Amino acid sequence: MAGALQLHLGSSFLPSSSHLKLRRRIFAATAPLRRHPTESKIREIFMPALSSTMTEGKIVSWVKSEGDKLSKGESVVVVESDKADMDVETFYDGYLAAIMVDEGGIATVGSAIALLAETEEEIPLAKSKASSSSSAHPEEASSPPVSPQESAIATEASPPRPGKADLTLASSAHPASDAGRRIVATPYAKKLARDLKVELQSVVGTGPMGRIVAKDVEAATDGAASVAITAPITSATKAVADSTPKVPVELGSVVPFTAMQGAVSRNMVESLAAPTFRVGYTITTNSLDELYKKIKSKGVTMTALLAKATAMALTKHPVINCSCRDGKSFTYNSSINIAVAVAIDGGLITPVLQEADKVDIYSLSRKWKELVDKARAKQLQPLEYNSGTFTLSNLGMFGVDRFDAILPPGTGAIMAVGAAQPTVVATKDGRIGVKNQMQVNVTADHRIIYGADLAAFLQTLAKIIEDPKDLTF
Amino acid sequence: MQGSISLSFSTPAISRSDPARFLVAGVGVTPEGVSFSRLQGQALRFCVRKFAGVGRSPHLVSSRKLCKKTLAAVTDNGSTGKGFDYDLVIIGAGVGGHGAALHAVEKGLKTAIIEGDVIGGTCVNRGCVPSKALLAVSGRMHELQSEDHLKSMGLQVLNHSYDRQGVADHANNLASKIRSNLTNSLKALGVDILTGVGTIVGTQKVKYGKVGTVDKEVTAKDILIATGSVPFVPNGIEVDGKTVFTSDQALKLEWVPEWIAIVGSGYIGLEFSDVYTALGSEVTFVEALDQLMPGFDPEIGKLAQRILINPRKIDFHTGVFAKKITPAREGKPVQIELIDAKTKEPKDMLEVDAALIATGRAPFTKGLGLESVNVTTQRGFVPVDERMQVIDTNGNPVPHLYCIGDANGKMMLAHAASAQGISVIETICGKVHVLNHLSIPAACFTHPEISMVGLTEPQAREKAEKEGFEVFVAKTSFKANTKALAENEGEGLAKLIYRPDNGEILGVHILGLHAADLIHEASNAIAMGTRIQDIKFAVHAHPTLSEVLDELFKAAKVTAGISRSVDEPVAV
Repeated sequence: MAGALQLHLGSSFLPSSSHLKLRRRIFAATAPLRRHPTESKIREIFMPALSSTMTEGKIVSWVKSEGDKLSKGESVVVVESDKADMDVETFYDGYLAAIMVDEGGIATVGSAIALLAETEEEIPLAKSKASSSSSAHPEEASSPPVSPQESAIATEASPPRPGKADLTLASSAHPASDAGRRIVATPYAKKLARDLKVELQSVVGTGPMGRIVAKDVEAATDGAASVAITAPITSATKAVADSTPKVPVELGSVVPFTAMQGAVSRNMVESLAAPTFRVGYTITTNSLDELYKKIKSKGVTMTALLAKATAMALTKHPVINCSCRDGKSFTYNSSINIAVAVAIDGGLITPVLQEADKVDIYSLSRKWKELVDKARAKQLQPLEYNSGTFTLSNLGMFGVDRFDAILPPGTGAIMAVGAAQPTVVATKDGRIGVKNQMQVNVTADHRIIYGADLAAFLQTLAKIIEDPKDLTF
Repeated sequence: MQGSISLSFSTPAISRSDPARFLVAGVGVTPEGVSFSRLQGQALRFCVRKFAGVGRSPHLVSSRKLCKKTLAAVTDNGSTGKGFDYDLVIIGAGVGGHGAALHAVEKGLKTAIIEGDVIGGTCVNRGCVPSKALLAVSGRMHELQSEDHLKSMGLQVLNHSYDRQGVADHANNLASKIRSNLTNSLKALGVDILTGVGTIVGTQKVKYGKVGTVDKEVTAKDILIATGSVPFVPNGIEVDGKTVFTSDQALKLEWVPEWIAIVGSGYIGLEFSDVYTALGSEVTFVEALDQLMPGFDPEIGKLAQRILINPRKIDFHTGVFAKKITPAREGKPVQIELIDAKTKEPKDMLEVDAALIATGRAPFTKGLGLESVNVTTQRGFVPVDERMQVIDTNGNPVPHLYCIGDANGKMMLAHAASAQGISVIETICGKVHVLNHLSIPAACFTHPEISMVGLTEPQAREKAEKEGFEVFVAKTSFKANTKALAENEGEGLAKLIYRPDNGEILGVHILGLHAADLIHEASNAIAMGTRIQDIKFAVHAHPTLSEVLDELFKAAKVTAGISRSVDEPVAV
């Protein structure tokens, strides 16, 4: 298993991706407005259905900007449907508090694209809601989940943040910026920075005369992502040495969060609202490895196998596929959608294998490949990354044998998968043998999922993986 | 008129050297009977045009007669009466002067044209023509760069690149070709080309000459100024021709900067942004007004920004002046100081690889000797009345002196100059003609193209308010057009501004595939006074882009009834 898993990981899970991903999807899934009665005056502006055949719409342009006052009937946004471009008007007076889908973004009909605050005072509140409920920006990687121990590390040691500090220092010295007073960035670099939510102040320009060009912005997003991910790695493996930024930070200085780091911080805090607990299990993977070897040539991937096994286990334990939206009820999701974390060009995203329990393994593998390709091309549609009901995260490729993931708000459980490793075990007949074993560790919301539920689920999962013939139907 | 010009472009060599083929063209003149003198060559060409206009073979006899008549008229012009050297002397051989010369010869005037630079003027040498060559390249590049677009049609292009010199040569070759066509057509018509800078020395008298030669003087019954314009460079901008330049140098495409600032977002700036982004440059617009593309109908401008600016590697600063632009030197980039257009406060500083100054064009009227006839230019423009007759300091028309094109500033477009020239010739031939400028179309050859004729919506509404009529607007999207969708080019809008009470077309604005070619149905309708309730019955081939206009006309709600229809119904 270890070998196979690693192989697979190398190709489609870029190292360092792991968990960052999980989060964003999660936030998209939250519906925060209804949870807080105090925010009743903040209204969502939805993507309207402009024609009978329209399923999603593209934001052509925002006629109003954040903070603008709106009167009923005024046009706020221009939306492109499959048929035409239309101005969309507001039905209420108020202030455009937060834009959740930027120009060029695509949103499904009925999904929130902006928040409307009734009074000016509510704008900051709405903004914070908007930033935590995320939107159609898979690539922005603004909400990487960091598990508790990781965040502890991040706060203790300042080096994990150096990317940023270093960049700031460098940029203040670059020649085009007039000793740091000005930012010189090309039009495309600016556009990219806007799309990728990169602060240009923190980017080193390497273009002519030290100006910031597009590839600098791209490099900066990679940098930001790696900063965020170095934390988990530090706790786990050898990768530490390589990925720990070598650039010295100015000791004694206080470096403010970038927008992305701010979002991470907010989301981490929000995740504390769910009382979580963890249950681990060791699963023998020899049979799965064999199966994988057999059907690999037919395009089947290990990710698809794991997702399929998880989905099949979930069919028998619907409560694990639940979420707790309001603290008072179980929301039983109608389909089993497995979200899997992937790193793409330094960005992070959780492509979702929808109805993984119903789709056969070959189709599922093809679907996975398609999703990864789309994710790389940044063409995932919102449904393809924010509709997960259960999340898989994997750090096995680093040799991590066990870890613990933070539960993405809006879902019930997340499973952290470690590397499968040859292990000396006592076999049933009293002998000593070597088997490939991997450890999985599920974090779940204890309001809806209890210890026995998780244990039963893990037992089912282990049975499926250890006797995987059902995976291929 | 344009039609006839192109006809002569395509045939000059044939008509002069290959009588047999000329015969094939259907003119009906036997080769033996033709001696290819200059004058006859020109007469023949008239026949071609008239013939084409009149009909088919049954009219051959009458067209022959026509030929003879024309021939006679032209021969008569060999000598002008009343002791003038020429009936008409045109100063400036750009598109305006050329168009006027052609029409003058057709009207039997003995004509000379004075050119101090190269035949063809700005349009042919430093404007519309070479820029179309560059835009032809940029259109293809944009297509190749749009992988989604190609992919959705099932096309796969693995690699594409361009050779800068090859692109530059294409533009240059096109300019030379059109220039020689123009020169040949003038020569073939028997127009005397006088080389040198023309100066008016008194009523009906012009001198011309080059530096270092003795000036010659000619007299003419009428004089037509068609000296055109040069790029306008505001104060504070230092043009070095290398890193800070105008369209004159940009069209030579000596290099492709990585980052270029374009000062001015009118037609010229917009077209160059299309070219430069296609070739891989990033572009920053500097626009003094609060909106990009200020000359366009606001709705079209807004859409153009969404299609032509936002998705491309372009950003912009509006409401700012480029107060000072310093060319790149001593290892420093081009520096542009921006100030607020209203408060004049320093606003920003740009450091780019190159700056293109596209802030409009200034009339080229210096040294014309206008003072000798008591005429003062206004900001360089020659004041004229509605018939293009020059007006003197006292507000009186100067006899026998006319001015067309960019030099009078009424409408700075090549084809407007040509139309004005034709109008002047009509007038001096005794048929007073006033050109309807609202019927002159304009086009911007971006991808997709933008075109317009008549009033913009705000202009129409203002006029309606003043004159007390109602204005309606009809719109249609290219997304509804089959041909546009087949091309996968559904982006675009056409709008029709009209009077519902009488069906008058006040303006038409198009942004979309081949908009520049589509506008003429509307401009012709305006020129002919055709009303919507009539033109909506005209048939358009399906599926064609022209159905966009068909849709527009059909979408219009006119209360007036059909004013006229086909004279006689034709049964098939």
